[in-house]
Amino acid sequence: MKGSAPAVIAAAFQELKSRAEPRWQELEDTTRSVILVGAATCGRAAGAREVLQALRNEVKKRNLDCPVIEVGCLGHCYAEPLVIIRKPGYPAICYGRVNTVIAEKLVRDFVLGDDPCYEFILGALEENDLIPSFTDFPRAGYEKKLILKNCGHIDPEQIDHYVGNGGYAALTKALQMEPVGIIEQVNKSGLRGRGGAGFPTGQKWQICRGAPGRLKYMICNADEGDPGAFMDRAILESDPHSVLEGMIIAAYAIGARQGYIYVRAEYPLAVHRVRLAIRQAKKQGLLGRNILGSRFSFDIRLFQGSGAFVCGEETALIASLEGGPGFPDYRPPYPATSGLHGRPTLINNVKTLATVGPIIQNGADWFADIGTEGSTGTAVFALAGKIVNTGLVEVPMGTTLRQVIFEVGSGIPDGKRFKAVQIGGPSGGCLPESALDLPIDFDSLREIGAMMGSGGMVVLDEDDCMVEIARFFQEFTQRESCGKCTPCRLGTKQMLEMLNEIVLGQSRMKVLETLARLAEDVKAASLCGLGKTAPNPVLTSLRYFRDEYEEHINRGCCRALMCQELIVYHILPDK
Amino acid sequence: MRTISLTINDQRITAPDGDSLLWAALDNGIYIPNLCSLRDKPGPAASCRLCFVEVEGLSQPVPACTQQVREGMVVNTKGLAALRLAGTAFELLMASEPVTCGACLANRNCELQKIARHLHLSLKPRHLKRLLHDLPVDDTNPQFSYDPNKCVLCGRCVWVSRQKAGGVFGFANRGFERVMTNFYNGPMGEISGQVCCECVAVCPTGALVLKDEKL
Repeated sequence: MKGSAPAVIAAAFQELKSRAEPRWQELEDTTRSVILVGAATCGRAAGAREVLQALRNEVKKRNLDCPVIEVGCLGHCYAEPLVIIRKPGYPAICYGRVNTVIAEKLVRDFVLGDDPCYEFILGALEENDLIPSFTDFPRAGYEKKLILKNCGHIDPEQIDHYVGNGGYAALTKALQMEPVGIIEQVNKSGLRGRGGAGFPTGQKWQICRGAPGRLKYMICNADEGDPGAFMDRAILESDPHSVLEGMIIAAYAIGARQGYIYVRAEYPLAVHRVRLAIRQAKKQGLLGRNILGSRFSFDIRLFQGSGAFVCGEETALIASLEGGPGFPDYRPPYPATSGLHGRPTLINNVKTLATVGPIIQNGADWFADIGTEGSTGTAVFALAGKIVNTGLVEVPMGTTLRQVIFEVGSGIPDGKRFKAVQIGGPSGGCLPESALDLPIDFDSLREIGAMMGSGGMVVLDEDDCMVEIARFFQEFTQRESCGKCTPCRLGTKQMLEMLNEIVLGQSRMKVLETLARLAEDVKAASLCGLGKTAPNPVLTSLRYFRDEYEEHINRGCCRALMCQELIVYHILPDK
Repeated sequence: MRTISLTINDQRITAPDGDSLLWAALDNGIYIPNLCSLRDKPGPAASCRLCFVEVEGLSQPVPACTQQVREGMVVNTKGLAALRLAGTAFELLMASEPVTCGACLANRNCELQKIARHLHLSLKPRHLKRLLHDLPVDDTNPQFSYDPNKCVLCGRCVWVSRQKAGGVFGFANRGFERVMTNFYNGPMGEISGQVCCECVAVCPTGALVLKDEKL
């Protein structure tokens, strides 16, 4: 398909932008105060809705001309609920751990009065002489927000905010390019799939575009299921249009007319916001027939998955989308040549698609300059576990684990000792202290037995037992195994039973050999990605923390005091 | 139809273009262990993971059922890496099988016994834990009896029943709990109408047995 009259597209976008601008300017208004409340799921869990209501009530009660706007996740989940106040004469100030009482006080003392309430300040959003800003935080030196740029700064339910802040400009640019040119840019950027495996995105698009057949599909994989991972959820809740924009560009590049977003139903807020975003995009002519006046037509439907972990695997996702049980199939043929209803189907992760817009907008070279040679761009991690600053971070690829955990995440709470970091969820591995200086990218992680996975990062300290962690993930994969192929169905069960015995102190050293051998075979013989990666937590913990396994078996003790059956109580007679 | 010539274990064979490597081998008298494949079934289930072979040019063993024959393909069915994966899959199955051969109607006519002989493996793996399902035998259907404990979930009966008997069989549950069952996941006696003998006959083990044979 040839790109159609560039002037028409540019004019259509200009009209859209001029409609959106006034709404966006409201936020940047320099004549009155504006209050933003982070109310993504993480904020809501900490009470953001009550804070939002309290702020609105207080503003109304005092008859203030001050909009209170709901925004997404700023990434500082450890300090939720977050409130940002922009007041003329002050920098934008972010307050952390706000409750309803503090909220009322902020309106009274700061918006109405002139006391910025220093005691509740987390940081200012921009540098200034008055208040320490986020840029002074050690993490600011490492973070680079590409995908999370809008998160926490715009109202995700207002398409005008997205457009006003530069959104859909990349789509406008893309529609004026040849599809092949777009693929070339993505190829040149070196972008690799953010879903975990790290397959070159441009190559996938090329295969799908080159696959014979007029009917093609575009799917966004938002079936995030790793325990401890919430990057995709945060993006869909905080900036859904960035994903839609990436999808439309991808669909134009491969020549798809129909798209699906596969979101798990356990993300009700994400479902709501994506659905709303699709409706808004349709209304503005960004979806549907002749997008922005071009000859390209594309539509997106939202599909709610039922929360089976295996449905994040491409072939199982397609089976589920087709209405069957979510069981994986063998590959090749890959979905890019034969996927949904046997048609060429492009499946990309939420983060991959959110990256597409910035690449088209700023150029492939700009993107390729970020990160490492083999893994360009940024990585988004969800920090969880024993870490001070839980939340979302985005850093360039090649940042070391130590920088992410100790600088960005501010290290381990309560003065405890770092033991391991579990990266990549049930498919990833447990890495020890010696791996902390490893630059994180797709290849370095695979080399040491872990994998990027979707970006969950769970930090473990001296109170965590590595055998129990391996057992926990094995229990998860066994429960989530679909049961279709032998190695995954029975192999993960066997491994789980062996680990169960070890944590009970009822095992023998010989079992470790069987366990390691079985883990390797399950990895090599399983049908789909779930089984192929399920043994990783066991293999890496055996490799890096074998002494803990041996302690459990030989001495019947668990140094982390986590395995309850192995705890022995002694009465000290002299006390 | 075009024929393809390839080499398996130093033996040159020919096979129709588009055939799977597994069936090309089996048709030429070269045995590769398998449970989930059927000659007429298009597209493999690739679920039993027993037919691993080594193909020249590929770094890892691959299931023969998922490979289409290619001109000049060189295949080794006896490579150690392939046999190890097949062996592990087989032992995993056997660790969850009752192995009551003496009392089983499929005795001497059982694929599992054949595979054990081929792979030189015991029917009772020593290193793995015995993980039995302990499900009741379903004798409620007048035509056949069903022992879910002996089922290896190959899916042969499911496929045949969908071709010939309107899909009376199917799978239920996930992971270790996965079972072959009927549409309502209820007693087999509640299946209305006749189940063709073929659905029962394709069972590679003694899980499905025709009652006539029993008498």
